[in-house]
Amino acid sequence: MTLDEFVKAVSALDTHASALVSAATTPAELESARNALLGRKNGDLSALMKSLPSLPADDRREAGAAVNRVKTTIEELLANRAGSLVPVAPSGPRIDLTMPARENWKGGRHPVTVVIEEIESIFRELGFTIALGPEAETEWYNFTSLNFPENHPAMDMHDTLYLSDEVLLRTHTSPVQIRTMQTTKPPIRILAPGNVYRRDFFDASHAPMFSQIEGLAVDEGIGFVDLKATLTHFANRFFGGTKTRFRPSYFPFTEPSAEMDVECQICHGSGCSSCKNTGWMEILGSGMVHPNVLIAAGLDAERYTGWAFGMGPARIAMLRYKLPDIRLLYDSDMRFLAQVSS
Amino acid sequence: MNASYRWLRDFVDIELSPTQLRDLLTARCATVDDVVTLRQDLADVVIGRVVEAEPHPDSDHLWVTKVDAGKGVLHDVVCGAPNVEKGKLYPFAPVGTVLPGGLKLEKRKIRGAVSEGMLCSARELGLGTDHQGILALDVDAQPGERFIDVVPVGDTILVVDVLPNRPDLLSHEGLAREIAAATGKKMERPSHPPAVLTRAVAEGDTPKIEITVEDTEGAPRYMTAIVRGVTVGPSPEWLASRIEAVGGRSVSNVVDVTNYMLHGFGQPMHAFDLARLGGGQVVVRRGKNGEKLVTLDGVERTLDDSMTIIADATSPQAIGGVIGGKGSEVTETTTDILIEAAAFDPQRIRATRRKLGLSTDASYRFERGVDVSAIEDLLYYAAELVQRVAGGSLGGPSTDSYEKPAPANPIRVRLARITTLLGEEIPENFSIAYLSSVGFGVEPEKDALMVRPPSFRQDVIGEAEVIEEIARLHGYELFSSELRPYRPGSRRDAPMHTAASRVRDAAVAAGLLEARPMPFVREGIESHRVRNPLAEDEAYLRTSLLDSLARRVEYNFAHMQRNVRLFEIGTVFTHETAADTSAPAERIHAAAVIVGDRRPQHFTEPHPPKFDEWDAKGLGESIARAAFPAASVRCTPSTDAVLWTIIADEAAIGLVRRLTVDAPVWASPVFGIEIDLEAIIASEAATRPYVAIPAMPAMQVDLALLVPEDVPSSDVADAIRQAAGDMLESLVVFDEFRGAGIPDGQRSLAWALTFRHPERTLRDKEIQGRTSKILSVLESKLGIRQRSS
Ligand SMILES: [Zn+2]
Repeated sequence: MTLDEFVKAVSALDTHASALVSAATTPAELESARNALLGRKNGDLSALMKSLPSLPADDRREAGAAVNRVKTTIEELLANRAGSLVPVAPSGPRIDLTMPARENWKGGRHPVTVVIEEIESIFRELGFTIALGPEAETEWYNFTSLNFPENHPAMDMHDTLYLSDEVLLRTHTSPVQIRTMQTTKPPIRILAPGNVYRRDFFDASHAPMFSQIEGLAVDEGIGFVDLKATLTHFANRFFGGTKTRFRPSYFPFTEPSAEMDVECQICHGSGCSSCKNTGWMEILGSGMVHPNVLIAAGLDAERYTGWAFGMGPARIAMLRYKLPDIRLLYDSDMRFLAQVSS
Repeated sequence: MNASYRWLRDFVDIELSPTQLRDLLTARCATVDDVVTLRQDLADVVIGRVVEAEPHPDSDHLWVTKVDAGKGVLHDVVCGAPNVEKGKLYPFAPVGTVLPGGLKLEKRKIRGAVSEGMLCSARELGLGTDHQGILALDVDAQPGERFIDVVPVGDTILVVDVLPNRPDLLSHEGLAREIAAATGKKMERPSHPPAVLTRAVAEGDTPKIEITVEDTEGAPRYMTAIVRGVTVGPSPEWLASRIEAVGGRSVSNVVDVTNYMLHGFGQPMHAFDLARLGGGQVVVRRGKNGEKLVTLDGVERTLDDSMTIIADATSPQAIGGVIGGKGSEVTETTTDILIEAAAFDPQRIRATRRKLGLSTDASYRFERGVDVSAIEDLLYYAAELVQRVAGGSLGGPSTDSYEKPAPANPIRVRLARITTLLGEEIPENFSIAYLSSVGFGVEPEKDALMVRPPSFRQDVIGEAEVIEEIARLHGYELFSSELRPYRPGSRRDAPMHTAASRVRDAAVAAGLLEARPMPFVREGIESHRVRNPLAEDEAYLRTSLLDSLARRVEYNFAHMQRNVRLFEIGTVFTHETAADTSAPAERIHAAAVIVGDRRPQHFTEPHPPKFDEWDAKGLGESIARAAFPAASVRCTPSTDAVLWTIIADEAAIGLVRRLTVDAPVWASPVFGIEIDLEAIIASEAATRPYVAIPAMPAMQVDLALLVPEDVPSSDVADAIRQAAGDMLESLVVFDEFRGAGIPDGQRSLAWALTFRHPERTLRDKEIQGRTSKILSVLESKLGIRQRSS
């Protein structure tokens, strides 16, 4: 036998041993595997050792080392396997089954993302797809094309952060309406989630940046009843069979405009301090797209009509998790996120 | 807009309670944010009837009375008022009531006689200073009714959220008009002054005053009227209480009238002391740069030529439409007044009040637009009112600078368009009735209505606005909410949204929590500086998400959180300019930070290992693969503080780095990764056909190699792969060792090589041959030898 052949035989024993040991499923089977491998008389290892003398003298030391290595390996294999068979061994060490499980870190989506995704999933069923747009916008996309009168108090509802004379941080996701209509032929049904900016000081109920989700439907023959029906359906799906209320409002880019309220999620309509005793909570603003907006985006305002809405997922998340302070959503405190993420 | 329920009832007969009114206005017109009941401190005071009144046996000025307060029993009440009279009604505070001054009434004995409450004077109820006696009530009420329900001292305020398109609702008259329309009633102006307005000038000396309107652009209409011989003093109760109900302060009869006109009719007015206007002149002109005026609030203000100024012969006396001047203010010594009723240019007012940092009730209304054509009637109304509450007579002719514009063309509103836009047919006569009820002129034509909006509705400019009027007056609640058939959208999802979802899934699966932090940072590039930032230390837009996440790590450290695992998918702003606008170009990035324990602590592992470079590298690669599923992703060592550059299809798409943060001593090292999700065009992973699970056995060879420190493992791996050929199925480096037995300048790298042939069992000889070849290549190319055991 040459050293090469011997080493190969050792390596074969290694492979064999690992198969044999892992096949043992009871302590008795493991014991017989031990005998087969390491038994003094008929064990595989002793058989191998018996062939040692047949090697050239110079190679014996290396061969001996190889045998020792495989012996250690086999002993480890047997010990490990014995450990994993312990529970059925009445004589093994006791384990306290009331001790806690081993866990992994749990990841999760931000509560605002969770709300956005839920809203998306409902509107997807209604034939909407997702559109995005930039956060740094021009005045034209953010105001002019959306029929904002110049220098008008309507602008005061949008306290704006400016980057230059004509570039600003969008104050709403409505510019995505224009960008979509510029590039898409009706029927249009899109949902546009994104961050928007207002020059509001960061306090318990205001944030200078927050998420908004915009919806737009444009086609021939779309009317106010479609707006009302779709948003009512959404509210029922999202809040679970709630009452809704539509009331007149004003947005320069819609006419008629309506705000949708749902039953107060805290008092369920009976009146509480959160809803100022009205029993209602404002959820979204909406309206029929103003013809000037369709024209600004290059659509035929006689042929097409449409409706749009915008809502704030952060507000909904605050209601849902009963958050007293909007800053919790931005702090990224691990203790908070671990509680509310999913 | 704060609207007084009582004041609204001056205009229209309201049968609804304040909360019903709130719901009606909210449904038809403008949202009522709140309903505030005033004088709740008098809620426990009731109407009491004195049924017996006898002089107190032990006192010469006290009375012992019995009071019926509707409870079925009579209360013994001792009273010190001279005017107590049997059979009359008085405000009665029973035991337990807390009076406005804070006095809590208890049952007590007064000179031996029991007293179970108190008959109150006006002063005790906080209704004035009259303490001459108890307040005898001449009202039609039963004992026991609440005082505030019977006597009009209580009022309810409706806080109406008036949006910028409806300045006509910034007055009680405007709201009353809507209430009348919604309830089918008629609105009438209150008849505090006579219904017929006197325009005749009284005989006598007319003060000479010359009015010149130079700035006709800033003041499209400027009217004045003179009232001579007024007596300035306190307002009558009805006037003072109305001003106070809406949150104002009663100043004097004359000033209160101007405020009454503002809140009552939406027309701000100003009263000048005629004697204090120098040179018999009023000039409406642009300000001069640097001119000064001390305004009514006592502040000296610097004027300029963008403002419209009301001046006398020598100096400014008021900032038109914003605030009056101290110098010509009406005081107790004033006898002749000049009442101004005007319309100022909304944009000029807006600019002026911004420049002055001063928003007043007047500027608020002028900025939104007053009803220019109503000014004349309202001026006479105000002049009448002044005469009624302060005496005097109309002195001198009024002036008017207004040139009536030609009537605008009516708006053509197609009946078919109403049906299309609303989705339901509204009967034509309904539409006509709705519009007429709020002052629109309507003439039906074939297939259309010709609509003339009233002068106070400048917001109605086209067909769409008229249709909104019809819809809201019809009532949004009456429209169907049944879904109708629709065509689904034809656009595909934004690819970036899909990629972000994949990345989010991967990050969540890796045990990270999502952050959505503020995107503002302390430092940045000049084009990303917000011109009007909220705070100087947050003036820039970020160019990297890790800037934001590093601050979030610090926040968690500051809250003693050692284990932080956060990710964000968000926008960064690059140095480039957007393709279609002059805005900075944006990119969606994904980033993550990890620090602390790799796994949660468990009793089997009390000290879990900390996150290290290799965790970060793995996270970087897995997020990159999620972002670009079809690309081949790897990390290459970087040259600076960055550990690795992440490469996808030969493009650098991100990095893995150590993160420098402000960290306490106990913190472990922080690692960050950031990937540009738009760096290459993400294509979905192509579907690859199934590869059969191998049927042939594999052979494994372990090689321990002595590798010089300057040879990177990737070179070793490349050399092994190249020499091993097709049969090498996998190559894993499973150990790195330096120390005993290893020469200096070298390390031992242990590799596991798995060989397999798809169709046959490999022979030992083949593998030996391969191994020898590998070793010889390693030695000749890289100077690597096998480690001897
Ligand atoms: Zn509530």
